[in-house]
Amino acid sequence: MNETYRALAEFAQTWGLLYFVGIFLCVLIYALSPSRKAQFDHAARLPLSED
Amino acid sequence: MSQQSSAVGGVRKSLTFGEGGLAVVFALLALSSITVAAKAQDSAYAFHAYLSAFASLATVFVILNRYMDRPAALPPLMIDGKPNYNFGPVKFATLASVFWGLAGFLVGVIIAFQLAFPALNFDLPWIAFGRLRPLHTSAVIFAFGGNVLIATSFYVVQRTSRARLAGYLAPWFVVLGYNFFIVIAGTGYLLGITQGKEYAEPEWYADLWLTVVWVTYLLVFLATLWRRQEPHIYVANWFYLAFIVTIAVLHLGNNATIPISVFSPKSYIVWSGVQDAMVQWWYGHNAVGFFLTAGFLAIMYYFIPKRADRPVYSYRLSIIHFWALIFLYIWAGPHHLHYTALPDWAQTLGMTFSIMLWMPSWGGMINGLMTLSGAWDKLRTDPVLRMMVVSVAFYGMSTFEGPLMSVKAVNSLSHYTDWTIGHVHSGALGWVAYISFGAIYCLVPWLWQKRELYSLRLVNWHFWISTIGIVFYISSMWVAGILQGLMWRAYTSLGFLEYSFIETVEAMHPFYIIRALGGVLFLIGGLLMAFNIFMTIRQPSTVEADTGVHTPSLVPAE
Repeated sequence: MNETYRALAEFAQTWGLLYFVGIFLCVLIYALSPSRKAQFDHAARLPLSED
Repeated sequence: MSQQSSAVGGVRKSLTFGEGGLAVVFALLALSSITVAAKAQDSAYAFHAYLSAFASLATVFVILNRYMDRPAALPPLMIDGKPNYNFGPVKFATLASVFWGLAGFLVGVIIAFQLAFPALNFDLPWIAFGRLRPLHTSAVIFAFGGNVLIATSFYVVQRTSRARLAGYLAPWFVVLGYNFFIVIAGTGYLLGITQGKEYAEPEWYADLWLTVVWVTYLLVFLATLWRRQEPHIYVANWFYLAFIVTIAVLHLGNNATIPISVFSPKSYIVWSGVQDAMVQWWYGHNAVGFFLTAGFLAIMYYFIPKRADRPVYSYRLSIIHFWALIFLYIWAGPHHLHYTALPDWAQTLGMTFSIMLWMPSWGGMINGLMTLSGAWDKLRTDPVLRMMVVSVAFYGMSTFEGPLMSVKAVNSLSHYTDWTIGHVHSGALGWVAYISFGAIYCLVPWLWQKRELYSLRLVNWHFWISTIGIVFYISSMWVAGILQGLMWRAYTSLGFLEYSFIETVEAMHPFYIIRALGGVLFLIGGLLMAFNIFMTIRQPSTVEADTGVHTPSLVPAE
């Protein structure tokens, strides 16, 4: 029980951290990449441009 | 109508699978409810079983009646190249939210006076503070807030996807089923049925019913997104989706109970001891994070740009806001269990994540406020927009205060005191209720096709009366809470506690009266809103939509 707990905690504290940072970096790249500017400018106006 | 019985447009009229299936399921539910009612171990549970039987039979009747009245073909998805939006369930949920809001505010005022004057409990179990308090919290959070969220999510997902709401009966099942859950939960509290867990009081059978309703809600929402004509999924829909999915997970986790019998309302949770406490506050804090925050941020991201007629300030920030918020919020729960049997590292983890939440919370607040850049002048003329902007300011304030209170040193003073109550209400009254009022004031003219509200002056009165009410409420609770905390920890020079508990209770009396008056003002504001909404709906329609001719309704600038 104690061993399992320690192994899980160690996994969460190392790989879990890297996993979250990795995902957050992906989000940053997705949100900030200049190639999506037009798409996001369009999206920002979505509520204003409906039928 | 003769066309009902004959084929119209090549479609032969027959029960759909959904209509037939639902009618059979509800007929069976009615039968089993009657059986349970007959063998129920206590009368309150029997009452709920009878309610369920009655509601099931009524549902079968309504489904069949609706079938008789409808044309052979189901409503088309598009009419003349435009989406044929389904606003019936949205209208119902909007009105339900106004009704439950008033009920919840009223019960809040009653329990506030009960705290100030305990004689108002009248020694009657059904209206004792202990039973009315969960009635108040559930009525305002789940009944008022929940209906606002269902109404706005069903509206926003249709408009931003340019698609009709998925399902024929399913959206109605969600709206009516959810409100039936509210009735079961609320009457249960008054009759003494409770799990005794904050914000998760309803017992196993109500939880089971809510699970069915909620999964249907998720499916309707996803299926509507699936048929969207707009390639991009608007950010508000992401927030709604996070709210729906997370609430489903939280609800299942925190209500993993085993009933002692089908004929008894009593159940036991599978978790034990401190693990149960941790699951409860993982649930409890994320009810705040995903129900009261993510869902209402979705409202912010749609209704503020719409009302201000300005695009979202930074769409990129909204994406980062979304992912950062949902990643961090889910870990903040342990701050409700500082200095308890919960392991120290878990408490510190909860505190750390709460502090990190400052960033996405304020990012979101800035994004909401800056959406008004170039339209700040509208704050002067449009009380509805003012209400929503003040709500975002309250959001910023309470998401600043929350992380502060999660710091262990601060929490040792604030925990179990009225400071917590003040904090919750600056979020609930200032943020959640104000953004909801703003959304309702926007929605009603759109849904009932009126040019504007009956009276913007009344909105102005609502705004000022309620705002004074909120200020009374939170300032009195701050003072009361800090006073309480300081009195509890005061020692004499000999090392004895300086005050007995009852002395600290006595010291609260004036603040409890000020708080109750704040509540009365807030309730008066709510009544003004209800009157305004009622009169708006009664106005003659100014937008000719029934004829199918869309005349652009230009209004001269006021």
